[in-house]
Amino acid sequence: MKATVVVKLKEGVLDPQGETIRRALNKLGHPVQSVRQGKYFELEFDDPPDAQRLEEISRAVLSNPIIENFFIEDNLPERHGAQSRGAKREK
Amino acid sequence: MKIGVVIFPGSNCDHDTYYVAKEVFGQECVFLWHRDRTLPEVDLVILPGGFSYGDYLRCGAIAKFSAIMDRIRQFAAGGGLVLGICNGFQILQEAGLLPGVMLRNRGLKFICDFVHIRVERNDLPATLGCRQRQVLRLPIAHNEGSFYADPELLARIESNRQVLFRYCDGQGNVSDEANPNGSLHNIAGVANEAGNVFALMPHPERASEMALGSDDGKYLFQSLAQWAENRISASAQ
Repeated sequence: MKATVVVKLKEGVLDPQGETIRRALNKLGHPVQSVRQGKYFELEFDDPPDAQRLEEISRAVLSNPIIENFFIEDNLPERHGAQSRGAKREK
Repeated sequence: MKIGVVIFPGSNCDHDTYYVAKEVFGQECVFLWHRDRTLPEVDLVILPGGFSYGDYLRCGAIAKFSAIMDRIRQFAAGGGLVLGICNGFQILQEAGLLPGVMLRNRGLKFICDFVHIRVERNDLPATLGCRQRQVLRLPIAHNEGSFYADPELLARIESNRQVLFRYCDGQGNVSDEANPNGSLHNIAGVANEAGNVFALMPHPERASEMALGSDDGKYLFQSLAQWAENRISASAQ
């Protein structure tokens, strides 16, 4: 079972790397207004974890809540009819 | 005083810190291993500079889960002194023992240079031997040293008087020109609310002998030793 977690900087947090990438893109003639750089994680599990564990991994380890938000994308099977396959959750 | 210097995989200022504490300032010093599940009787724990766990994920993000960090949390909760230097600062932030987070330097360059910092409080163990507003000349060596906190947290840090040092010029003027890395409010060092956990990005252990260009680091080590001595004589009375 595979889950992906995307970690991105919160709005208002300075991203000098993204800013440098934007300037390079502009120099190449691409009309990009803004670039924000983030992180992408692919997690593989033998046994599907529950949603709570995925959130804990993302909150306590993969991101720093002071500056970052995270998105979890997984293909966990439906549980209690609440979560659909391919669910995307933002925190 | 008795000092414990923690070694994480990737620490690289541990031996300098140990040497300065022991040989230059004559304090008792022991190394602590990141896997240790017990803490010996020490007055001060130092988390040294370096690149714990290769700075993978985020600086300090993996070190905060080391076994010894649980002991250090308990030690700090009981009023024990904890000093973070550079990467040690980042670890204490990730561990939630100090506020804020270090972002990539504003200029995107690793900076290895002498800077000036101004003492904002001289009533804490790390600075009690400093004059208020004293300017210290110490080296920095970091890629992620841009202090960040959201406006609400930053206001709280200021109103609690948790800022210990700010980047300044040689005369003590805090300005954007004197800010090497884009730190908010020129913050170079902070303390927790109780004042027993503190950290700074500059390296006092790299500037404790004139042969290295500055010995201003002595003010920190001597302050801490003085604090411990005061406490011992107070408890003896």
